[in-house]
Amino acid sequence: MKLVIKQLLDGSCRLGQLTELGRHTGRVIDVPGCLMYTRGASAPHLTQDMAKTIDKLPFGIQLTLPTLAENHEVIEDYKLGIGSFTSQQDSLLFLSVQDPGTTIPSGYNEKQFVSIWTTGGRMRLSTATFTTMLKNMKPDWFECLYDGDVVPGTASKKRIRKSVDRTLQYLDDCLEVQQNSPELKNIEVFGVIEGGDSHDERIRSAKETAKRPLSGFVLDGFQSDALATDVKQNLMMSVLKELPEDKPRLIHGCGRPDQVMQAVELGIDVFDSAFPYSVTESGCALVFPFSYNHQSNVDSAVLEQSTDQEKSNYVNDNKAGISRYEINLTNESYKSDFTPLLADCKCYSCQNHTKAYINHLLVTKELLARVLLMIHNFHHYFEFFETIRQSIRDDKFQQLKKIIMDST
Amino acid sequence: THALSFKILAECSTTKARTGKLKLPHHTVDTPVFMPVGTQGTMKGLTTKQLEDLDCQIILGNTYHLGMRPGHELLEKVGGLHKFMNWDRALLTDSGGFQMVSLLKLAEITEEGVKFQSPHDSKEMLLTPEKSIEIQNSIGADIMMQLDDVVHSTTTGPRVEEAMYRSIRWLDRCISANKRPTEQNLFPIVQGGLQPELRKICATEMVKRDTAGYAIGGLSGGEEKDHFWRMVKLSTDILPRDKPRYLMGVGYAVDLVVCSALGCDMYDCVFPTRTARFGCALLRTGQINIKSKQFAKDYRPIDDTCKCSTCARYTRAYINSIPNYETVGCHLLTIHNIAFQMSLMRSIRASIVEDRFPQFIKSFMKTVYPDEDYPTWVRESLASVDVHLSQQ
Ligand SMILES: [Zn+2]
Ligand SMILES: [Zn+2]
Repeated sequence: MKLVIKQLLDGSCRLGQLTELGRHTGRVIDVPGCLMYTRGASAPHLTQDMAKTIDKLPFGIQLTLPTLAENHEVIEDYKLGIGSFTSQQDSLLFLSVQDPGTTIPSGYNEKQFVSIWTTGGRMRLSTATFTTMLKNMKPDWFECLYDGDVVPGTASKKRIRKSVDRTLQYLDDCLEVQQNSPELKNIEVFGVIEGGDSHDERIRSAKETAKRPLSGFVLDGFQSDALATDVKQNLMMSVLKELPEDKPRLIHGCGRPDQVMQAVELGIDVFDSAFPYSVTESGCALVFPFSYNHQSNVDSAVLEQSTDQEKSNYVNDNKAGISRYEINLTNESYKSDFTPLLADCKCYSCQNHTKAYINHLLVTKELLARVLLMIHNFHHYFEFFETIRQSIRDDKFQQLKKIIMDST
Repeated sequence: THALSFKILAECSTTKARTGKLKLPHHTVDTPVFMPVGTQGTMKGLTTKQLEDLDCQIILGNTYHLGMRPGHELLEKVGGLHKFMNWDRALLTDSGGFQMVSLLKLAEITEEGVKFQSPHDSKEMLLTPEKSIEIQNSIGADIMMQLDDVVHSTTTGPRVEEAMYRSIRWLDRCISANKRPTEQNLFPIVQGGLQPELRKICATEMVKRDTAGYAIGGLSGGEEKDHFWRMVKLSTDILPRDKPRYLMGVGYAVDLVVCSALGCDMYDCVFPTRTARFGCALLRTGQINIKSKQFAKDYRPIDDTCKCSTCARYTRAYINSIPNYETVGCHLLTIHNIAFQMSLMRSIRASIVEDRFPQFIKSFMKTVYPDEDYPTWVRESLASVDVHLSQQ
């Protein structure tokens, strides 16, 4: 894997492409970009025929190990790898150790293994187990095991140091297995940077990880809301300074649009898309505007085209702790709203269905509710990333950022 | 004049089967047709595009459920269920009566209608023939069903006769109540339990009403198959040849083949879609539960002769590996099971057009019963229309 930077903005924010993607000759991934989040290697709620109605469906998908690990014995028996087993062989397959779509219980990692949580419960992954799974699954790209169990604000300095040490140990063990294994040699490896909220540990983790022969880096531990935004940004900046500029950086659990904009600005290249999934699970639809060419003030732009009813929902949803990026379709007031989730949205759901129908499907607990919301939310989110890249190209990144930040 | 036209394209020269085009206000339906049940204005997580891709031509909505949520006022406001769910093809709604009697223990039937307690606010409510049609007029389906007095198919005694005569009286009230006769068809439901005399009277009376089509009801409720087929045949013998005949609640493959031979044109059943939820996949050779351990390492498609998007792409092992709470597995099976039903009906129609339906029946039954241990009712019902399966 190679990162080709096409444009740099203010020294850190970058636009580029991931190229030389192994078996996918001639294909590239545009960055900043996101991977499609999957469960059991499928887009949540979507069969492939429906997923393919989404315009800018990412070529890279994120396989989440906790939703696959229970079947590793079958996958071993199958022999052709996870891509073929799950009918996702046409995508670039990134395997993540944890599932960003679910909360991970704390306190279960040990020196020798990392815990993941499957349907059947806890599974302990040692380097040996993990690399065996890798050999059977044959993803295109994976991240090494890591101990990310440090809760900001509560984890002691000692615990943080331990998490950095363990993660480096897993990394070295994993790389050693990889060097000696013909099946794993051609798989791209990213190392994971830990360090919780400790500045020193973050820098140590970044420096040490950067010394290893890796295709890129993963920034973990920035998903928690317990970390203040400015603290997060300072930590991120310090980490990124230690990393080589010509290697891609992926971040976990940083999916809210404002977080994405801040991370892109600092130089993050790849994101996951668990955010639109969690929005879908709560019965919500993403409606945040990101058209920097036409609108400069998001509030007036959104509210002008809304009915009075929508305006009051907007305020109510906001009070209920739902971000302003989304509307909650379970809200009674959508019962007879015969407009699409988002005016002008080109997704299958908006082209064919109304808020009232989706409200009905949610109220009656029908499966189609999540299908339609997932299509729209993915569509909207992937369009958002396309717009981020376009804004860098147009030298309008700051305008876009203002629109996004103003809607928080 | 009715809001439909039924053109018979071909009739089997041996059995009573026929294939035709049923032109409804929203879609022209090929018969014999299977109608999947989309109770609350949706089909188990499939989009309307997927339903069209699967060749579904007409689907069912349930009046009782739709009347509760989203409510018929809302459906009226949006211009009917077609618009509400964005389905351009044909729809059929039931009367709501059956759902009430089967779902609500407190339902009580009087001459006026079905009295029941609302599950939402416990208020006592009354579903009259007029109210049922009013709601169905708001829903706007291509075909509406009369409110009938439903008795369980195994009920015997004077209650069956009472229900039969009441259903005829309610039919007349439904016909008068229909405010959109040029846009929506109203089908009567032939009742009479398992008593041939009552069935005959009911069918004969209903034929006099000259409605757009006819339904055969009160069957498929766990009665002996031997009684079931005789009641079907007796009804189709009386119902006019030039009108569509809808056999309610039937959807198993063997039943569809037999009843098409007996002259039925339309069927509905929740089974193919409901069973998908529990991991059940339909095959000509019978059904399999894909969640069963034996398929964990089975890398074949569900059915390698099936053309559905599930079988084109996924293996039994992959579907087996998807945990139950992930909805994708359910969607994949629903797609296959609907495709199975649609493909079966296409085969039936094609064989009637080519006048080789008896041969089709024989080879179909041989696939289902490779040892030729045909159930008696299958042998007898088919023999009644001159198709003789080989004896054991
Ligand atoms: Zn949309
Ligand atoms: Zn299939």
